[in-house]
Amino acid sequence: MSRLNQRRERIDRGIKARAGDVFALCSWREMLYLLAPRLIPVVGFLGLPLVLDDYWQRVLLSVAVFALLAISWDILSQSGMISLGQSLFFGLGAYCSGILNHYFGWHPLIALPAAALLGGLVSTLFLLPVLRLRGVYFSMVTLIIPLMLVRIVEATKIFGGTEGLSGIAPLPSKWVEMYLIVAVLLGVLFGFRRMLNSDYGLVLKGIKDNDRSVINAGINIYWFKTQALFIASSIGALAGAFMTHVYMFVGMPVFALDYSILPIAAAVVGGPGTLAGATLGAVILVPLSEILRGIGGLRIVFYGIFLAVFIVGLPEGLFHYVERKYHQFERWVEVE
Amino acid sequence: MGAAPILEVRGLYKNFGGIQAISDLSFELAEGELLGLIGPNGSGKTTAVNLITGFVKPTKGDVFYRGRRITGVAPYAIVGMGIARTFQMVKPFYRLPAYKNMIIPLYSPRVKKMAGGRYGDRDAVALDLLEEVGFERDAQVAYKTASALPQGYLKRLELAKAISLQPDVIILDELFSGLSLAEVASIVPIIEKLGMEGKTIIMIEHRLKELFRIADRVVVLNYGQKIADGKPEQVMESDAVKKAYLGVDA
Repeated sequence: MSRLNQRRERIDRGIKARAGDVFALCSWREMLYLLAPRLIPVVGFLGLPLVLDDYWQRVLLSVAVFALLAISWDILSQSGMISLGQSLFFGLGAYCSGILNHYFGWHPLIALPAAALLGGLVSTLFLLPVLRLRGVYFSMVTLIIPLMLVRIVEATKIFGGTEGLSGIAPLPSKWVEMYLIVAVLLGVLFGFRRMLNSDYGLVLKGIKDNDRSVINAGINIYWFKTQALFIASSIGALAGAFMTHVYMFVGMPVFALDYSILPIAAAVVGGPGTLAGATLGAVILVPLSEILRGIGGLRIVFYGIFLAVFIVGLPEGLFHYVERKYHQFERWVEVE
Repeated sequence: MGAAPILEVRGLYKNFGGIQAISDLSFELAEGELLGLIGPNGSGKTTAVNLITGFVKPTKGDVFYRGRRITGVAPYAIVGMGIARTFQMVKPFYRLPAYKNMIIPLYSPRVKKMAGGRYGDRDAVALDLLEEVGFERDAQVAYKTASALPQGYLKRLELAKAISLQPDVIILDELFSGLSLAEVASIVPIIEKLGMEGKTIIMIEHRLKELFRIADRVVVLNYGQKIADGKPEQVMESDAVKKAYLGVDA
């Protein structure tokens, strides 16, 4: 077919030419073009539980939990705080919910939000004294605190000691469990993405880029960092609290290094700074980890190679790459 | 005796290890005055500004703003009181468009307080402020990312950020450095306008010709010590200043 009377044009050209960043849509095609990136995660997360078997539903649940931890890490990193201890937030949330249910008999649906807030508050208080530390010094402290907490639980035998607390009440049903975490994930993803793109988010990103410049604007960066820390740690604590009611148990493994490292890997593979990248990273890495389970000890080797190849080959992260390519889609149009 | 000074530096000392960066620095600044702070490289000008704005704590001595001691007060709080500064090395957020760079100072509690508890549309205010300092609106310069802007515009952006805080005292740290004569000539009227609005200004400068045209008074530093203080023409006649600048006895 001859293309003599045609030329290639970017699909989004019409939208951008009309109104820049403000969407002025003229057709259902344009609407679909803009909606698709938002609809894919929503339809995917809401639809997948209906078609997956029990085992993969559990994997999806893990994806959502790790995505929350990765989003939590991403919010902190966007505010200039690199955390190596997401398990601190996860573990504190898990213990808070477990304690509220085990000792006080709180219903899981009430214990969950309470544990998220309480876990977030305690985590923030733990890290408040080191908020002035920058770079690797802050990271080191976040790495150490969960390791210390494990030893404290072990040595003092509080909250069940090494045995942990069992018999925690589960959520009302498998479907409540599934759709609760999916709804939380979608809410957190879209809500906090909006926050990071607002003027408030600009201040947080400014702290990461150049904190002296933000101070020079008359802004108390430590107050903003505290807020970001509370938000991020509450999200992580909610993920931990949720898992307590899924496993009906809480114990020392909630402070395991897995909950610190995998979220960072997810955010880096997916692409930091967008929250969507962190979620995409979790969607790739958690199922991959499950698929590789079949090859036993070599799993870690394959996993490590995959991570290294991704980081070297696509340092910006998958989401940024896909996003750029999406905006470069072209179509043939008639030349007038 | 005139009105109480808006800013007073009293017996300020700063040691960095064994180096005496500032030694017994004292001066006063009247409201609405434009003070030039000059001296050879390494004479302690920027350190003096860092001490006044709270970015560095003095070893000894005090700074008073409107009669209130502000030594040891956090820098963001000093900005909140009404002392804004620019940096010698510009510090924009390079990945953001110029007008988005303005959002962070416009988010400051001081701006909210000055606006009676409301921020308004920050993007619109940012564009207005940038136009005031010479970002031509028709040329869409304000929408370019900071990394794509030439040095002249980055300096203007730095100035606009300080002005956006609606300060009473503005400290400009080598605003003219790295700029062409034409660029300096286009910025001078902006500073004169600020002076006419009653702002108190401290300018650290090496471009003495341009500075002396607009400064009311000049303080000269050398090796961290004040060696002269007076009207520009008097200061340049001082033997100590000639020696410091030219390295010879007058």
